[in-house]
Amino acid sequence: MTKEDIILDIVVYISLIFLVIVTLYPFLNTLAVSFNDAMDSGKGGIYLLPRKFTLYNYKSLLGRTQTYHATLVSVLRTVLSTLFCTFSTAMVAYALSRKEFVLRKLFSFIYVLTMYIDGGLIPTYFLMRSLGLTNNFWVYVLPGLVTAFNLIVIRTYIHGLPESLVESARVDGAGDFTIFTRIILPLCKPVLATIALFVAVANWNAWFDTFLYNSSNSKLSTLQYELMKILATANSMTGSLEQAMAQAATGATNTITPRSVRATMTVIVTVPIAVVYPFLQRYFVHGLTLGGIKE
Amino acid sequence: MKTPVMLDVEIEARKKPFWATLMKQKVLLLMSVPFVIHTIIFKYVPIWGWTLAFQSYWPGKSFFEQVWVGFDNFRWLFRDPVFYQVLRNTLAMSIIQLVFGMVSSIILALIINEVRWTFFKKSAQTISYLPHFISWVVAANLVRDALSTDGGIVNEILMKLHIIKEPIMFLGIPELFWWIIGATHVWKEVGWGAIIYLAAIAAVDPNLYEAATIDGAGRLRRIWHITLPSIRPIIVILLVMNMGYLLSSGFEQQYLLQNGRVIDYARVFTIYELDYGIKMMRYSFATAVGIFRSVVSLVLVFGTNYLAKRMGQERLI
Repeated sequence: MTKEDIILDIVVYISLIFLVIVTLYPFLNTLAVSFNDAMDSGKGGIYLLPRKFTLYNYKSLLGRTQTYHATLVSVLRTVLSTLFCTFSTAMVAYALSRKEFVLRKLFSFIYVLTMYIDGGLIPTYFLMRSLGLTNNFWVYVLPGLVTAFNLIVIRTYIHGLPESLVESARVDGAGDFTIFTRIILPLCKPVLATIALFVAVANWNAWFDTFLYNSSNSKLSTLQYELMKILATANSMTGSLEQAMAQAATGATNTITPRSVRATMTVIVTVPIAVVYPFLQRYFVHGLTLGGIKE
Repeated sequence: MKTPVMLDVEIEARKKPFWATLMKQKVLLLMSVPFVIHTIIFKYVPIWGWTLAFQSYWPGKSFFEQVWVGFDNFRWLFRDPVFYQVLRNTLAMSIIQLVFGMVSSIILALIINEVRWTFFKKSAQTISYLPHFISWVVAANLVRDALSTDGGIVNEILMKLHIIKEPIMFLGIPELFWWIIGATHVWKEVGWGAIIYLAAIAAVDPNLYEAATIDGAGRLRRIWHITLPSIRPIIVILLVMNMGYLLSSGFEQQYLLQNGRVIDYARVFTIYELDYGIKMMRYSFATAVGIFRSVVSLVLVFGTNYLAKRMGQERLI
């Protein structure tokens, strides 16, 4: 070990430790605030651990029907979108991977072009309205059913499978749909897992569609949108005013403040992702490299 | 088909009329056509909505009853000082995000690559991905807390270090907004962005390092003379490709962190469209804004793609 080696190692480890702290601290601080007595948090000085431990923040937040509804909608949209999106994208990808399919080129072109054009906010909003998709749960699932990017990723994967599998199944008399469900789908598990995870995270994290299309129906609200509303209230207020508005904003007793509501909601919304992603990161990273494959 | 000899099957296939083949592919049709129609409805019909920009749209009237105004909405757009503000903000924030995002990810990749303790390396990487997976709503909450004047960690540290005497309301200073957006972007994406550079570094020929070591190059010189030049093509290509998205610097981040005091520096295209379109109900004007953004983006994306191809690289998307 030369002197340069040692200095470099020190710099490397210190900067990574710094990165880890900067990344984790905001989460841990929010976690601590969410488990701390709301009035006590107002005094400041909560860092990594709660000072006056309480479950009251969670009890009061989880006890509200609004939170209950929002959780239900968030879970439902994530599950349905993931299932429908993965299955239908795989199905179209299979059809477009068949070299003998006469409309393959045309359909592929129709999909690829959508990666470059964007109708814009207002025309899309009008479309959703005229399709009756405003104040409608299905606006969460329907519009993003098959996207060009996911389609290309799965199709590229299918192209990589041995063609002889499909041919021999065809010789045995299997139709296209049977080949798709019995042979292609099981073989595509790794890529489907990746796509499913991307879709699931995107759906869990979405709030703008709720804001745009479903904000007038509180029964269709999602967890992210509820959190966004709390944040928006906080953004429009500052300092002591925030404290003063506590009761008005939360409609609860004075033992809960906007700060603690915000922290608690943030934790509720983040926990599913934080728990799941370390185990699935293999698929995520896999997906990133898949995206790099040219069509 | 260039081959002079054709197989019988191929000749047969070519002879068959299009419709007959199509009828044989009923199942494939059934599997794809409903979704193609779905895509046409959700992605192409909004393009038809661009006609709104050439009308003085009045809700409730039918398409044929609308008043057509030609390019008036675009004329107003180009005369609107807010439009130039929006353009400036979008470009400024995109460039800040692009430059700082890339530089930080490259440095992180180089640092991670120097770690030899595998457990530490894997854990640090996994932790660095976390912010990528959380929503901007959550991230904006965390940023707001960290920067708050009321016990926010940034103010506390700066005060403990005696750099400042009073807490600063970071999110209330217009000139700081772009940099806060840049910093939060780096915080959220640095680990994720490093993956692609790490993959590129892993592909570097180990013989190069060995040869350099024999020649007496230390670790720093190996990073400078071997690793960085080896990943230069991917850096250039990502830079060029990302320039295609200069007008889409995102909007969630800006929307969720802005407030009345900084709006002149925070307003980006989608916020502009939302404010004029949905809130003020100037639908035609907001559509014109959207068209401007889409068309310029399209030109940028194709332009950068073309550039990337000219540089002898594969398309990345």
